[in-house]
Amino acid sequence: MIEVDVEKRLGGFALSVRFTAPAAGIIALFGRSGAGKTSIVNMLAGLLRPDRGRIAIDGETLFSSVDRIDLPPERRRLGYVFQEGRLFPHYSVRGNLTYGAGRRDPAVDFDAVVAMLGLGALLERRPSDLSGGEKQRVAIGRALLASPRLLLMDEPLASLDAPRKAEILPFIERLRAELRIPIIYVSHVMEEIVRLADTLVLLSDGTVAAVGTVEELTSRLDLRPLTGRSEAGAVIRTTVAGHDIAFGLSELAFPGGRLRVSHLALPLGTPVRVRIRARDVALATTRPTDISMRNVIAARIVEIVAERGPLVDIHLDIGRPGQPVALWARITQRAARELDLAVGGEVFALLKTVSLDRSSLGGHGSAAAAFAEDEGG
Amino acid sequence: MPELSPLEIEALRLSLRVGAWSVIASLPLGLAAAFLLARGRFPGKLLFDGLIHLPLVLPPVVVGFALLVLFGRHGPVGGFLYDRFGVSFAFNWKGAALASAVMGFPLMVRAMRLSLELVDRRLEQAARTLGAGRLRVFLTITLPLMAPGILTGIILAFARSISEFGATITFVSNIPGETRTLPLALYALTQVPGGDAAAWRLAALSVALAMAALVVSELTARRLGRRLQGLA
Repeated sequence: MIEVDVEKRLGGFALSVRFTAPAAGIIALFGRSGAGKTSIVNMLAGLLRPDRGRIAIDGETLFSSVDRIDLPPERRRLGYVFQEGRLFPHYSVRGNLTYGAGRRDPAVDFDAVVAMLGLGALLERRPSDLSGGEKQRVAIGRALLASPRLLLMDEPLASLDAPRKAEILPFIERLRAELRIPIIYVSHVMEEIVRLADTLVLLSDGTVAAVGTVEELTSRLDLRPLTGRSEAGAVIRTTVAGHDIAFGLSELAFPGGRLRVSHLALPLGTPVRVRIRARDVALATTRPTDISMRNVIAARIVEIVAERGPLVDIHLDIGRPGQPVALWARITQRAARELDLAVGGEVFALLKTVSLDRSSLGGHGSAAAAFAEDEGG
Repeated sequence: MPELSPLEIEALRLSLRVGAWSVIASLPLGLAAAFLLARGRFPGKLLFDGLIHLPLVLPPVVVGFALLVLFGRHGPVGGFLYDRFGVSFAFNWKGAALASAVMGFPLMVRAMRLSLELVDRRLEQAARTLGAGRLRVFLTITLPLMAPGILTGIILAFARSISEFGATITFVSNIPGETRTLPLALYALTQVPGGDAAAWRLAALSVALAMAALVVSELTARRLGRRLQGLA
């Protein structure tokens, strides 16, 4: 269990953060730039001292202003992957990797980490000879080899371009799957969160707005301004239910229906998380027949919310009774009026197969990694 | 090149010995002062900074006189050192080294301080999250990364030492074989009729020594710089 309850004044900015989260899987700290994400991680790591409060992990107090406990960073056993890598320029890759290892019995095997992160060919190089993506992989390996009980990752992809991001993401997923080390992952990019996170801590103006699962928080309307307006949508938990090799499609099952997506190289039954943006969903009042969209899902209108300008957001339930599954559709007010949409009404949600792109799929374990490899990185 | 006379060899060896000892002795103190100035926050820091830089702007004779008063056999510091440890700085090569060290100290501290300010503290933080305590971070991260500045400081202080004249002659006089370094020997020659030719030779020797020090420092700094590239 991760327990954080701290206050810190930084110039004119007051940070007052309080949350508990299970120390398992990937816990995402999500919020806009300036929401205080990095400061929280620095306080966890012991690099920034809170004015007041308490930080504990699995029952061990790392900081407590009441008990006057403030463990120095080197005794907290938290791995830290910084946004900008922070590799030691005067050490080789091997020297960087082993800097935190040694003395203690390594809980993590050097060769295993090198193999997992694909660093074998880089070991004798200098950090200055590495690409951005390689640097970040070395930084991850270096943090792991110090045998931390928890890994802190502060926007590890922020300084990378899209292809490099795609290169790193599968490695982070493998960390969770293979090492079972809990990770606190800071990001302001919803795609990364959906793909990686199990628990979401939503930050706004220096405070915690909500803590919960990704599925739960992204479908909550009151959090919409924080989770992103134009990116607004629903996250649905599915499992791989079938493959259509002839047409290169896969079917994902959720309580109440199935989604067709591009082929996923995953065994049947693999859990996959799908994010569907509200603006990619269209509505029809009768089941359309002659239409190219392959995903036509019966839905019931739960709520209609006026958005900015000419748009409305329609909150739909596409689950079965007792097992609601939220889906959002964003349409124009005029369409809503002309279709005579009302709460409780039965409609059909339409989404194009292709709108489920790779970045909107998040899996557990090696699921998304297998997908990434299948798509050719 | 014509062979050096015994007197020239004596002056050269003395200069090198005085320079080497003045640098070795002031290195730990210089490092400590550089740390205090670059990282420390304490009342009177400005005064401390000024005190360290004083030899740079004072007439060397004043420094020599101050050393004479403080470190002479009967001075408050010199007397204590002599009575307690039997160490004397008066009119011997150790006094010359002390005078050189004091004169070169500001140059050494400046170079080290500048390089220390350029060391990325975020790298030190990263090292600590990897389990390294303060001492290990200092030895494995801070010190290697400021190595070019330490080297520059050493070379500058050494060069200052082999060119030191005013403070040395005031403090420990001009004693052949004991305190008569190259500049003092050169000065002595200019004071006697017909010493010009010999003075020219010593001047050339001084130039050669200074150039050698600068070239070595430049080459080493470049090599270090290459090793540390990608500092960003």
